[in-house]
Order: sequence, then C-alpha cells, then structure tokens
Amino acid sequence: MPAYWLEATVVILGLILLLMEAFGKSTSRELLRRVAIGGLAFTLVPLYFAVAPSPDNAELSRFYIYDNWAVFFKLLAIVATILVLLMAYDYRRVLNQFTEEPGTDHGTGEFYALPVFACAGMMWMASARDLVSIFVSLELVTITFYILVGYMRRQVGSLEAGVKYLILGALSTGFLVYGMAWIYGVTHTTNLAEISIAIADPDSGIAANPSPLFFGLSLMLLSLAFKIGAVPMHLWIPDVYQGAPTPITAFLSVGSKAAGFIVALRILEPFFASEITRTQTTLIVLIMAGLTLLLGNLAAIAQTNFKRLLAYSSIAHAGFILLAIAAWHPGDAGSLSTHQVVSLYLATYLVITLGAFFVLVVVRNSESTDEISAFDGLGQRNPSLAACATILLSALAGLPLTAGFIGKFFAFQLAISSASANKALWLGVGIGFIGVAASFYYYLKVVRAIYWREPANEEEIPVPQISRIVILSLTALTILFGFWPNPILWVIGG
Amino acid sequence: MTACLVLTPLIGVIAILMGRDPKATARLTTTVMLITGILLAGLWAMGIREGLSMDPIVLNKPEIRLGLGLYDGMSVIMMLLSVTVAFAAARTGSCEKRHEALWNISLLLIAAGAIGAFISTDLFFFYAFHELALIPTFLMIGILGRGERKIIAWKATIYLAFGSIVLLAGLLWLVSSSGTSSLAFEDLLKTSIPSEDQQGIALFLIIGFGTLVSLFPFHSWAAPTYASAPAPISMLHAGVLKKFGLYGLLRLHPLVPEGMSHWLNLVIVLLIGNILWVGLVTINQKRLDLMLGNSSVMHMGYIFLAFAALIEAGSEAENPVAMPAAILLMFAHGVTIAMLLGLTDRIEKKTGTLDLRNLGGLASLTPRLAFLFGLAAMASIGLPGLANFAGEVMVFIAGFKGWQARSGMGSVQIATIIALWGLVISAVYMLRAYRRTFQGPKGSHTTKAEDLSPSERKPAIFLAFVLVIVGIFPNLLLGLLGDSGSESSESRELQPPSKQVLLPDPEPKSQQAILAN
Repeated sequence: MPAYWLEATVVILGLILLLMEAFGKSTSRELLRRVAIGGLAFTLVPLYFAVAPSPDNAELSRFYIYDNWAVFFKLLAIVATILVLLMAYDYRRVLNQFTEEPGTDHGTGEFYALPVFACAGMMWMASARDLVSIFVSLELVTITFYILVGYMRRQVGSLEAGVKYLILGALSTGFLVYGMAWIYGVTHTTNLAEISIAIADPDSGIAANPSPLFFGLSLMLLSLAFKIGAVPMHLWIPDVYQGAPTPITAFLSVGSKAAGFIVALRILEPFFASEITRTQTTLIVLIMAGLTLLLGNLAAIAQTNFKRLLAYSSIAHAGFILLAIAAWHPGDAGSLSTHQVVSLYLATYLVITLGAFFVLVVVRNSESTDEISAFDGLGQRNPSLAACATILLSALAGLPLTAGFIGKFFAFQLAISSASANKALWLGVGIGFIGVAASFYYYLKVVRAIYWREPANEEEIPVPQISRIVILSLTALTILFGFWPNPILWVIGG
Repeated sequence: MTACLVLTPLIGVIAILMGRDPKATARLTTTVMLITGILLAGLWAMGIREGLSMDPIVLNKPEIRLGLGLYDGMSVIMMLLSVTVAFAAARTGSCEKRHEALWNISLLLIAAGAIGAFISTDLFFFYAFHELALIPTFLMIGILGRGERKIIAWKATIYLAFGSIVLLAGLLWLVSSSGTSSLAFEDLLKTSIPSEDQQGIALFLIIGFGTLVSLFPFHSWAAPTYASAPAPISMLHAGVLKKFGLYGLLRLHPLVPEGMSHWLNLVIVLLIGNILWVGLVTINQKRLDLMLGNSSVMHMGYIFLAFAALIEAGSEAENPVAMPAAILLMFAHGVTIAMLLGLTDRIEKKTGTLDLRNLGGLASLTPRLAFLFGLAAMASIGLPGLANFAGEVMVFIAGFKGWQARSGMGSVQIATIIALWGLVISAVYMLRAYRRTFQGPKGSHTTKAEDLSPSERKPAIFLAFVLVIVGIFPNLLLGLLGDSGSESSESRELQPPSKQVLLPDPEPKSQQAILAN
C-alpha cells in the first residue's frame, strides 16, 4: 500500500466523525471518541506495511517523501493524537462547563473530530518535501488549532487564547509565504531536493551573493519558530497554553511541535549540507537556540501556574532541540546524527509531557485550578499519583535514569562534539547548562508543593480509570527509556 | 550477580510501595545487600571474576551498556563501603509512622544509586546512578530535616545539581574528544585524549567532582546538609555518596594525566583550604552535628592530598601508594563518619539538643554511647589500630613519595607537611567536642538520659567492628586491589622500608595533640 493512503485514511476518518456528529441519532460523545481512537489505532497497522510511492509517479514523489523520519514522525503524530483524545475524555467535565449548554456535552462533538484532521496534517508534514506541500499541510494543522484553542467559548481565557493564536498564526503564515517566495526567487524551485542542488553549486550566483537566500531562510525559520515555540515567536505560548483546553495544550506542545521540527529539519538539511551556507545557518539556528534556552528556562522560574510552567518548559525544550540542530552532524559510526537526536528527544518528550498533562487534568478535575498550589500535599492525598508526578517532573528536568536525561545527554553530546569545529557552539552549550540548572529549580518547585506543603484538604484525589492506566504506563515508559533507549532507535533506524 | 546489589534495593522500594512494612523491608534488603557484597568481595579475592558481571547493550550508537560488575579492586572496596554503611543506616534513626514509607524508600534509593555508581562499568550509568540520590535527598531534608531545613534542602540540591552539570559537561567533552564509540570504561580507558583538550576536561572534572566531594570552595553545602538531614540520609551522603567524586577522579585520572598535572597547584591550594580553613571553621562550631559535618568536609582534604600525589606522579605505577591510600582512607572515613553521625542522632534523641553548650557529663549516664562515640572520634583523629590511621599514614607516605623521584621538595611535599598540622586541628575539635559532650559537669539538657538500647547499639557496634578489623588488618581491603598490574606489585615490595622511615613522622604529632588537650 502506498504511504499516502495513510493521510487519506485519517482524513476520511475525520469526515466520518463529522458526519456521525451531524446525522447520528445518539447524542452521546462516547461513541465518537471510541471511533476516533479506534480508527487512529487501526492506522498503525497500515503504517507498518506502507511503502514509499513508486518513483515512476514523478508528480507525487516530487511532493511526498517516505523515509525513516517520515514513518517516525507519523507514528509520533498518531500516538500523540490518540493520547490527546483519551485525555479529552477525562477532561470532558471541564469542557462541558464552558461550551454551548453548560453541563451537557452538546456541542462538543467536533472536539473529538478536529484533532483527527490535525493529525492528518502532521502526518503530511512529516512527508512533505516541497515548499508547497509544506505550506498546505502546515495550514491544515494551524487552522484546525485555531478552532480547538478557542473551543471553550464561554470561558474568557480560552477565547483570548484563540484570538492570540489566530493573530500570531496568521502573521507567521505571512512570514512563511514571504520567505518561500524569496527562496523560490533565488533558487527557481520549490522542491527541497532541487533547492539542495541549487545552493550547493559553487558556480551559481547564490555563492556570490547569498543574502537573499538567507533572508528567505530567516523568514521561514521565523514562521517555524511559531510552530516549535522558539524565540522570537514564543510570545503566544504561555497565554495560549494557559487558556486552551488542557488536552489541546498538550497537543500543541507535543504534536504540533514535533511536526514543526520535522519540517525544520527538512528545510534546514540542504542549508547545512552545502559548504556555502553552513556557517551562517549554524549561526542563525544557534542564536535562536541560545535565546530560546535562556528565555524559556529563566522565565519559567517565576511561574506559579502549572500550565504556564509547562508552557515555558516547552519553550525550553525547543531550545535544547534547536541546540542539537545547530550542532548539525550527519552521524557516523560512533555518534548519532542530528535527525536521530531530535527524534529521540521528541519521542521521550512526548511520553513525559503527555504524562505531566494527564496528571494536570486529574488534579484540575478535583481542584478546579491549574495553579501549582493545587498540587499542595498531593503526597498525602494520593501517594501513587504523587510518585508518578515526581518521576515525570524529574524526567522533564532531565534527571538521569529517566527518559528526559537521554534526550538532553545526546543533544549536549552532539553540541560538544561539534564544538571543536565551531567554537561558537560552546556558548550554546554553556547557556544550555545554565538552563538545565535553572530547570531543576522550577520543576522541583512543583515537587516541593507535592511533598513539603500541607494539603488544603485531606480528601483523596480520584483518578479516572483511563487516566490511571495512561499515567502509569507513561511513567513506566519514562523509566524504561531512561535505562533502555534502544527501542526508539530501532524505529528510527539507528 | 553483581546486578543484584542494585536490584535488591529497587525490589525493596517496590515492595514498600506495594504496602509491605517499610522498616522491616529496608532492613531485610540491606542485609541481603551486605551478604551479597561480602560474598562478591570474597569471590573477587579468590580470583573468581567470570560470570559476576552483566553488560547488555541499551543503545547501539554510541555503544552504551547497562554494565554492572566489579571493574577493579577500587570498585570492590567502594561497594563494600556502600553495603556496610547502608546496613547500618537502615538500622539507625526513626520517624513518625506516616513518613516511614518515604523514609525507607529514600534510604534504599540513595543506597541503590551509590552502589550503582560504584559498580557501573559504563560511563553513562556511572554518572546516571549517582543522580538517583538527588530527589530523595531533597525530599527527606525538606520534610524531615532539622533546623532551616527548606533552605538547606534547596542549597544542597542546587549545589549538587550544579556539580553534576559541570561534571556532565566534562564527561561529554572527554567522550567526544576521545573519539570512542563505546562508553564502557574498558574501551574508554584504552583511548587517549589529545593534549590540547586535556586541560579543559581536567578542570571541568575537578570542579564537577570537587563540588560533589565538597572540595573547598564548593563545600559550603555539605556541613549544613549532613547536620540537617535525617541520620540515615546523612550517613549515606557523608559516608558513601560523597566518595563518588573521589572515586570518579581516581577512575578517570589515567585518561587526562597531563591535564590534571596542569591544575596540580590549584588542587593543592584547594585541598589545603579544605584542611586548614575548614579545619579552623570546624573548631569554632557550637553544635555537634555541624562540627561533624565540617570535619567530614575537612577530611576530604587528605584524600585529595593522595590524589594530588597521584597527579604529581602522573600514573599509578610511579606512585603505587597514592591510590591505595586514597581508597583506604575513603573507606575508613566513610565508616567513621557514618558511625559518628548515627550516634549523634541518638544523642539528640536522648537529650533533645546538640548544642555543645547544653551538653556535658553524658558519660556517666550513657557509658556505652560514650564509649562508642569515643571510639569513632579517636578513629576520626587517626588513632593507631583503627582504619583511619592506616589510611592517613599511607596518604602521607604517598605525599612524600615524589620527593624521591625529584630529589627535592615539591608543592605536594609542602602540602603534605602543612596537612600534617590538620591532624592537630582535628584532634583539637574532636576531643573538645567529646569532652564537652561526655565529660565535665552536666549540662542543662543532660541531667537525665538513657543509655543506648541493644537495637540502637547494633549498627554502631557493627561499624566499630569494621573499623577495628580494617585498622588491624588493612591488607584485608588492600589485598583486594592486589593484582591490578604486575609492575605495581613489584613496587609494592619496595614499599615497607619507606613506610618504616616515615612512620614516626605523623604519629608523634597526633599524640602531642592528644596530650595538648
């Protein structure tokens, strides 16, 4: 089966869900959710058997690439969407409060259908190899998120987040198209493979005057920074994360970010491969990485709201991944390539971050607030949830023997081993280490609330069945990958 | 089989989480660890090395193995230290019922982390296991600590995290400049590091490991932490976990000898800071727990002195005494400080205070406690017949070893002479503290106190027994270092004469110090 059927399947699934919602007799959202999750889980089977479209189909293979990375990021998108839909179910009480008829689940049908469309977009992003297909798939994801972020329309915070996301999203789309136009103007093509040839040619006009090329690249990176949550397009993150429904926040921070990174890798690859552009590209990415690391980590210190904390943490993690990209390395016998490190980082990040968001949803359900103070005394109110939360938070901080350490370890290893060739990377490494040190503080602040502080009341916090299973398995995976990261490498073909 | 040492405490943790009695589980677990540890050391001594270790690959590229095994004699001795102290720690101290699970889980996790670091045969897990202790320490001090516990918990955590991060940078640089594709010590130690990188790497390692060992001036976290943490935690930290830094420096020294020798004078200045500066600070302490915490920081100076001697010599073959000296003193200090901290906890329990001004005359009320504490205090000063003496003598011999080679005084020799005065300092503070606690007129809090109950005595007696045995037969431990290389065993034969020559040197001073008080 050719791989592009995967995206088609997911889009059809989304359409089916919409039709069920519109014409189905049952008003229960339970069935919608089950079909959505079941359908996505089923897609994993063809993902295993899918093959790249035949090269004879020149028109398609111009736009569509199916390699290890594509498979891996499609897998990431599907898994993230499934977990987000599971989370959405346990979040329904909060969601129902702020939609059409408060207290009922009328008008929440699309909440289960739209993530499926976003998933299709992310899967397509993983395979896009032409500026045009990159643009289209990116917009599919972004437009879906415009709706999802502002979904709780009776809550001011959610609406504010929706507007902010819309305005900045539109702005970043503008940058993207403008940047693409410049690149097209310089290289006369929108295909990444051809761009790669064009900019590697030492005799072309590009080598003589690369400024227009870098102008275009910078504009495109600016727009991608919006997707991955990096400086200078990070301003929306804390407010939108805080206002959006928590499952959507998780989706933004995991799925949307991962898809943004695969696109960034695809776009940057030709620029790093070419001798002409490598130095400047490294510098641009390094500056982004350094600022992102500094801002994300330092601003997180002062946060008192757990969702905002996770928002800044998501910026900080983007910084670590950017550091690995700045230290571009094609990989050799002894070390991982940048692609592998980024994939490894994102896979571990998905497991840990979604775990943390699940914990947040559980606490939010019983405490009605996202503040860190809601975690006060969790160690006494629900010891096992507290233990899982502690492990997940330590993993976010990058404590060894958890999955979080693996990603950081290799990001830094890559940066340090490339630093001998490019001394500027030492600066990035230094900032990165400051960031890690700061992150210990702000993640431990939550651990402190869990164990040191006295609880506001003694009632046990109930954990719904689905959340219990998912939190336990994500925590277990966090520890397992900390000891044994090899399974992730098997998928990405280490 | 070595992996059991790490698996056992982890199984213990799971058992406690599943609802087994925390205290009993922790005791059983540490007993099993102690027996396994002694068994393994016995097998090692008999020369049975096969089939004890495991090293499954957990990552292909670069090759990382979950290598757990006995890498060399140093690993064996540090492992023995860990199981010994863990055994005693699990039997020391008590807390409220509702904190018991957390207390014992933390204890087991810290023990597992320390042992894991010592028996890892792969750089990745060597580093990773050490960090296992971070969160339990943070929680235990924050919830159950003494005094300004929250501030101290943050301080210790931030210092330890800072040290670990600097260390990580050094290790990553080391790995990338060695060009190795495998992080196993076996492969890593075969590589050579370009000399232009060695200097930087060595500095990172000295600062990183140094912070973890409380090397001056990164030491200010240590004393308050040991004083504040619940007894078993501070026993494990001061006794075992801290030695990780020294163990790491000794382990990785062969990779960066040139880089290290560039920083020799820096290390010497810092270690003198540990011995003299912290020594004088220790004399001025008004609380028994802070005094012990500072004394533990001070004693690290001696072990660094042995390390400095190793740096000066350049390799183990050039100065065969330095390495065993450092290792023996690490072991002895670990056991001693654990015993002292454990007993101090009991003193607080019985009298309600650790302020030296309120104590006094305890010996007549609690003769057993006084005897055991006195024994440990004497060991800490370096009384012959106890383990520390053998270690300290060897350190001073190692310090002077370079004198023969260069036929003249070098900075290490000068440092050794200065360090000898540290013995006087430690005699002053230890004996003063002992006198103020156990002798003289009764203090405001010591009008009535019960002596140690049999169950409270056991851990201290166990540790005292270890101190005496190792003190009388240091070769029981040093023999484990044994055949690490043929050339070092040859030079070992040359060792006794020099020992005799130098032996009188440190001893009269310590005795003078005792007399002076």
